[in-house]
Amino acid sequence: MEHVTQHPDPHYDQEASKLGMWLFIFTELLLFGGLFIVYAIYRFMNPEAFKLAGHELNMTIGALNTIILLVSSMTIAMSTSAIQKKNKGLTVLLLEITIMLALIFLINKYFEWGVKFEHGIWPGSEHLINDMSQGEILFFGLYFVMTGLHALHIVIGMIIIIFALRRVQNGTVNADRPSLLENAGLYWHLVDLIWIFLFPLFYLIH
Amino acid sequence: MEKEKHHIVPYKAYFYILAALIVLTFLSIGIIKINLGAYSVLGAMIFATVKSALVLTWFMHLKFDKPFLRIMVGAVFVLFFVVTFITFLDYYYR
Repeated sequence: MEHVTQHPDPHYDQEASKLGMWLFIFTELLLFGGLFIVYAIYRFMNPEAFKLAGHELNMTIGALNTIILLVSSMTIAMSTSAIQKKNKGLTVLLLEITIMLALIFLINKYFEWGVKFEHGIWPGSEHLINDMSQGEILFFGLYFVMTGLHALHIVIGMIIIIFALRRVQNGTVNADRPSLLENAGLYWHLVDLIWIFLFPLFYLIH
Repeated sequence: MEKEKHHIVPYKAYFYILAALIVLTFLSIGIIKINLGAYSVLGAMIFATVKSALVLTWFMHLKFDKPFLRIMVGAVFVLFFVVTFITFLDYYYR
Protein backbone atom coordinates (compact mmCIF):
# COMPACT_ATOMS: atom_id res chain seq x y z
CA MET A 1 0.00 0.00 0.00
CA GLU A 2 1.54 3.21 -1.19
CA HIS A 3 0.88 6.49 0.56
CA VAL A 4 2.28 9.94 0.06
CA THR A 5 4.88 10.99 2.61
CA GLN A 6 4.64 14.59 3.67
CA HIS A 7 7.72 16.71 3.95
CA PRO A 8 7.05 19.49 6.43
CA ASP A 9 10.40 21.07 5.59
CA PRO A 10 11.27 21.08 1.87
CA HIS A 11 14.91 21.86 2.65
CA TYR A 12 15.54 18.55 4.35
CA ASP A 13 18.26 16.68 2.46
CA GLN A 14 19.50 13.51 4.04
CA GLU A 15 22.41 13.01 1.66
CA ALA A 16 23.76 16.56 2.15
CA SER A 17 23.39 16.24 5.88
CA LYS A 18 25.44 13.05 5.85
CA LEU A 19 28.09 14.60 3.59
CA GLY A 20 28.43 17.56 5.97
CA MET A 21 28.94 15.21 8.90
CA TRP A 22 31.60 13.27 7.02
CA LEU A 23 33.48 16.46 6.15
CA PHE A 24 33.56 17.26 9.85
CA ILE A 25 34.72 13.71 10.62
CA PHE A 26 37.60 14.17 8.15
CA THR A 27 38.86 17.14 10.18
CA GLU A 28 38.66 15.02 13.32
CA LEU A 29 40.52 12.15 11.68
CA LEU A 30 43.31 14.49 10.62
CA LEU A 31 43.44 16.08 14.10
CA PHE A 32 44.04 12.69 15.71
CA GLY A 33 46.09 11.62 12.70
CA GLY A 34 48.57 14.40 13.44
CA LEU A 35 48.86 13.19 17.03
CA PHE A 36 49.38 9.61 15.83
CA ILE A 37 52.27 10.80 13.63
CA VAL A 38 53.83 12.60 16.61
CA TYR A 39 53.45 9.37 18.61
CA ALA A 40 54.98 7.28 15.80
CA ILE A 41 58.03 9.51 15.45
CA TYR A 42 58.74 9.67 19.19
CA ARG A 43 58.26 5.94 19.58
CA PHE A 44 60.61 5.38 16.64
CA MET A 45 63.19 7.60 18.38
CA ASN A 46 62.68 6.19 21.91
CA PRO A 47 61.64 2.52 21.53
CA GLU A 48 62.98 1.31 24.90
CA ALA A 49 61.56 4.19 26.95
CA PHE A 50 58.13 3.71 25.36
CA LYS A 51 58.23 0.00 26.19
CA LEU A 52 59.20 0.72 29.80
CA ALA A 53 56.55 3.42 30.24
CA GLY A 54 53.92 1.28 28.49
CA HIS A 55 54.21 -1.35 31.23
CA GLU A 56 52.78 1.22 33.65
CA LEU A 57 49.43 1.07 31.84
CA ASN A 58 46.77 -1.45 32.76
CA MET A 59 46.04 -3.69 29.77
CA THR A 60 42.95 -5.22 31.39
CA ILE A 61 41.21 -1.88 31.91
CA GLY A 62 42.21 -0.88 28.37
CA ALA A 63 40.73 -4.08 26.92
CA LEU A 64 37.58 -3.65 29.03
CA ASN A 65 37.10 -0.11 27.75
CA THR A 66 37.67 -1.33 24.18
CA ILE A 67 34.85 -3.84 24.52
CA ILE A 68 32.55 -1.28 26.19
CA LEU A 69 33.06 1.13 23.29
CA LEU A 70 32.59 -1.59 20.66
CA VAL A 71 29.30 -2.67 22.27
CA SER A 72 28.12 0.95 22.50
CA SER A 73 28.94 1.39 18.81
CA MET A 74 26.75 -1.61 18.04
CA THR A 75 23.83 -0.33 20.14
CA ILE A 76 23.81 3.09 18.44
CA ALA A 77 24.14 1.44 15.01
CA MET A 78 21.14 -0.76 15.90
CA SER A 79 19.19 2.33 16.97
CA THR A 80 19.49 3.75 13.43
CA SER A 81 17.96 0.52 12.12
CA ALA A 82 15.27 0.62 14.83
CA ILE A 83 14.16 4.16 13.92
CA GLN A 84 13.85 3.21 10.24
CA LYS A 85 11.67 0.28 11.28
CA LYS A 86 9.57 2.88 13.17
CA ASN A 87 10.27 1.18 16.48
CA LYS A 88 10.56 4.26 18.69
CA GLY A 89 10.65 2.38 21.98
CA LEU A 90 13.61 0.26 20.94
CA THR A 91 15.43 3.28 19.48
CA VAL A 92 15.13 5.10 22.80
CA LEU A 93 16.21 2.03 24.78
CA LEU A 94 19.27 1.46 22.57
CA LEU A 95 20.31 5.10 22.87
CA GLU A 96 19.94 4.95 26.65
CA ILE A 97 22.16 1.85 26.73
CA THR A 98 24.73 3.69 24.56
CA ILE A 99 24.79 6.63 26.97
CA MET A 100 25.18 4.29 29.97
CA LEU A 101 28.10 2.49 28.29
CA ALA A 102 29.75 5.84 27.53
CA LEU A 103 29.38 6.77 31.20
CA ILE A 104 30.93 3.45 32.30
CA PHE A 105 33.84 4.11 29.91
CA LEU A 106 34.43 7.51 31.56
CA ILE A 107 34.22 6.02 35.07
CA ASN A 108 36.87 3.45 34.11
CA LYS A 109 38.99 6.27 32.69
CA TYR A 110 38.59 8.18 35.97
CA PHE A 111 39.92 5.25 37.99
CA GLU A 112 42.67 4.56 35.44
CA TRP A 113 43.94 8.15 35.55
CA GLY A 114 43.47 8.13 39.35
CA VAL A 115 45.97 5.27 39.67
CA LYS A 116 48.47 7.20 37.52
CA PHE A 117 48.06 10.26 39.77
CA GLU A 118 48.59 8.06 42.86
CA HIS A 119 51.85 6.86 41.31
CA GLY A 120 52.86 10.50 40.91
CA ILE A 121 52.43 10.47 37.15
CA TRP A 122 50.77 13.47 35.55
CA PRO A 123 52.04 16.02 33.02
CA GLY A 124 54.78 18.02 34.70
CA SER A 125 54.77 16.03 37.96
CA GLU A 126 57.97 15.96 40.02
CA HIS A 127 58.25 12.17 39.76
CA LEU A 128 57.99 12.40 35.97
CA ILE A 129 60.53 15.20 35.57
CA ASN A 130 63.09 14.05 38.16
CA ASP A 131 63.07 10.26 37.83
CA MET A 132 62.16 9.53 34.24
CA SER A 133 63.93 9.66 30.91
CA GLN A 134 62.99 12.01 28.08
CA GLY A 135 61.27 9.16 26.23
CA GLU A 136 59.09 8.22 29.21
CA ILE A 137 58.07 11.85 29.71
CA LEU A 138 57.07 11.98 26.03
CA PHE A 139 55.10 8.74 26.34
CA PHE A 140 53.09 9.94 29.32
CA GLY A 141 52.61 13.37 27.78
CA LEU A 142 51.13 11.77 24.66
CA TYR A 143 49.13 9.33 26.78
CA PHE A 144 47.43 12.10 28.76
CA VAL A 145 46.87 14.37 25.74
CA MET A 146 45.55 11.66 23.41
CA THR A 147 43.38 9.72 25.86
CA GLY A 148 42.27 13.06 27.37
CA LEU A 149 41.26 14.45 23.98
CA HIS A 150 39.51 11.16 23.26
CA ALA A 151 37.66 11.34 26.61
CA LEU A 152 36.58 14.89 25.71
CA HIS A 153 35.12 13.44 22.51
CA ILE A 154 33.26 10.85 24.60
CA VAL A 155 31.71 13.66 26.67
CA ILE A 156 30.74 15.63 23.53
CA GLY A 157 29.40 12.42 21.96
CA MET A 158 27.23 11.81 25.02
CA ILE A 159 25.79 15.33 24.78
CA ILE A 160 25.01 14.81 21.07
CA ILE A 161 23.38 11.43 21.77
CA ILE A 162 21.28 12.90 24.63
CA PHE A 163 20.21 15.67 22.23
CA ALA A 164 19.28 13.09 19.55
CA LEU A 165 17.48 10.97 22.15
CA ARG A 166 15.26 13.88 23.16
CA ARG A 167 14.45 14.63 19.52
CA VAL A 168 13.54 10.97 18.98
CA GLN A 169 11.29 11.08 22.04
CA ASN A 170 9.43 14.21 20.92
CA GLY A 171 9.16 12.85 17.37
CA THR A 172 11.14 15.47 15.43
CA VAL A 173 13.65 12.74 14.61
CA ASN A 174 11.68 9.91 13.02
CA ALA A 175 11.78 7.31 10.24
CA ASP A 176 11.38 10.04 7.59
CA ARG A 177 13.91 12.41 9.14
CA PRO A 178 16.56 10.27 10.83
CA SER A 179 19.59 12.44 9.94
CA LEU A 180 20.31 13.81 13.41
CA LEU A 181 20.36 10.32 14.86
CA GLU A 182 22.46 8.97 11.97
CA ASN A 183 24.96 11.80 12.35
CA ALA A 184 25.13 11.25 16.11
CA GLY A 185 25.86 7.62 15.26
CA LEU A 186 28.63 8.59 12.82
CA TYR A 187 30.24 10.79 15.49
CA TRP A 188 30.06 7.98 18.03
CA HIS A 189 31.64 5.51 15.58
CA LEU A 190 34.44 8.03 15.00
CA VAL A 191 35.12 8.01 18.75
CA ASP A 192 35.19 4.20 18.59
CA LEU A 193 37.47 4.28 15.53
CA ILE A 194 40.05 6.45 17.30
CA TRP A 195 40.02 4.20 20.35
CA ILE A 196 40.64 1.15 18.12
CA PHE A 197 44.07 2.67 17.37
CA LEU A 198 44.75 4.19 20.80
CA PHE A 199 44.32 0.81 22.50
CA PRO A 200 47.13 -1.15 20.79
CA LEU A 201 49.48 1.86 20.68
CA PHE A 202 49.33 2.67 24.38
CA TYR A 203 48.16 -0.46 26.20
CA LEU A 204 49.69 -3.21 24.09
CA ILE A 205 53.39 -2.43 24.36
CA HIS A 206 55.16 -5.51 25.66
CA MET B 1 9.35 12.93 -5.31
CA GLU B 2 9.93 9.27 -4.93
CA LYS B 3 11.50 8.26 -1.67
CA GLU B 4 15.00 6.97 -2.17
CA LYS B 5 15.47 3.41 -1.08
CA HIS B 6 17.27 3.39 2.20
CA HIS B 7 18.95 0.20 3.20
CA ILE B 8 17.99 -0.98 6.68
CA VAL B 9 20.72 -3.13 8.15
CA PRO B 10 19.30 -6.07 10.13
CA TYR B 11 20.16 -6.15 13.84
CA LYS B 12 21.77 -9.55 13.38
CA ALA B 13 24.39 -8.13 10.99
CA TYR B 14 25.47 -5.58 13.62
CA PHE B 15 25.70 -8.32 16.20
CA TYR B 16 28.00 -10.42 13.99
CA ILE B 17 30.21 -7.39 13.33
CA LEU B 18 30.48 -6.77 17.08
CA ALA B 19 31.43 -10.42 17.64
CA ALA B 20 34.14 -10.13 14.95
CA LEU B 21 35.45 -6.90 16.51
CA ILE B 22 35.70 -8.50 19.96
CA VAL B 23 37.46 -11.58 18.56
CA LEU B 24 39.95 -9.30 16.75
CA THR B 25 40.55 -7.38 20.00
CA PHE B 26 41.48 -10.59 21.81
CA LEU B 27 43.63 -11.70 18.86
CA SER B 28 45.55 -8.41 19.03
CA ILE B 29 46.14 -8.98 22.77
CA GLY B 30 47.16 -12.57 22.01
CA ILE B 31 49.72 -11.58 19.38
CA ILE B 32 51.34 -9.22 21.91
CA LYS B 33 51.45 -11.95 24.58
CA ILE B 34 53.22 -14.52 22.38
CA ASN B 35 55.90 -11.88 21.77
CA LEU B 36 57.00 -11.78 18.14
CA GLY B 37 59.43 -8.96 18.81
CA ALA B 38 59.20 -6.17 16.26
CA TYR B 39 56.44 -8.02 14.40
CA SER B 40 54.02 -7.87 17.35
CA VAL B 41 53.50 -4.12 16.81
CA LEU B 42 52.91 -4.76 13.12
CA GLY B 43 50.45 -7.55 13.98
CA ALA B 44 48.52 -5.42 16.45
CA MET B 45 48.30 -2.60 13.90
CA ILE B 46 47.04 -4.97 11.21
CA PHE B 47 44.28 -6.16 13.55
CA ALA B 48 43.43 -2.52 14.36
CA THR B 49 43.24 -1.72 10.64
CA VAL B 50 40.89 -4.65 9.99
CA LYS B 51 38.74 -3.55 12.95
CA SER B 52 38.56 0.04 11.69
CA ALA B 53 37.60 -1.23 8.21
CA LEU B 54 34.71 -3.20 9.76
CA VAL B 55 33.54 -0.13 11.72
CA LEU B 56 33.76 2.10 8.62
CA THR B 57 31.98 -0.27 6.23
CA TRP B 58 29.24 -1.60 8.51
CA PHE B 59 28.69 0.62 11.54
CA MET B 60 29.29 3.81 9.55
CA HIS B 61 27.23 2.44 6.61
CA LEU B 62 29.86 3.11 3.94
CA LYS B 63 28.93 -0.24 2.38
CA PHE B 64 25.51 1.19 1.53
CA ASP B 65 26.58 4.76 0.77
CA LYS B 66 27.18 6.34 -2.61
CA PRO B 67 30.60 5.63 -4.17
CA PHE B 68 31.75 9.27 -3.98
CA LEU B 69 31.58 9.14 -0.18
CA ARG B 70 33.64 5.93 -0.09
CA ILE B 71 36.20 7.52 -2.43
CA MET B 72 36.44 10.61 -0.20
CA VAL B 73 36.96 8.54 2.95
CA GLY B 74 39.59 6.48 1.15
CA ALA B 75 41.32 9.67 -0.02
CA VAL B 76 41.56 10.98 3.56
CA PHE B 77 43.29 7.77 4.67
CA VAL B 78 45.63 7.88 1.66
CA LEU B 79 46.47 11.49 2.56
CA PHE B 80 47.22 10.44 6.14
CA PHE B 81 49.54 7.63 5.04
CA VAL B 82 51.35 9.87 2.56
CA VAL B 83 51.97 12.51 5.24
CA THR B 84 53.14 9.82 7.68
CA PHE B 85 55.46 8.32 5.07
CA ILE B 86 57.01 11.67 4.16
CA THR B 87 57.49 12.56 7.83
CA PHE B 88 59.30 9.26 8.41
CA LEU B 89 61.51 9.79 5.35
CA ASP B 90 62.51 13.11 6.85
CA TYR B 91 63.38 11.64 10.25
CA TYR B 92 65.03 8.52 8.88
CA TYR B 93 67.47 10.34 6.60
CA ARG B 94 68.35 13.35 8.72
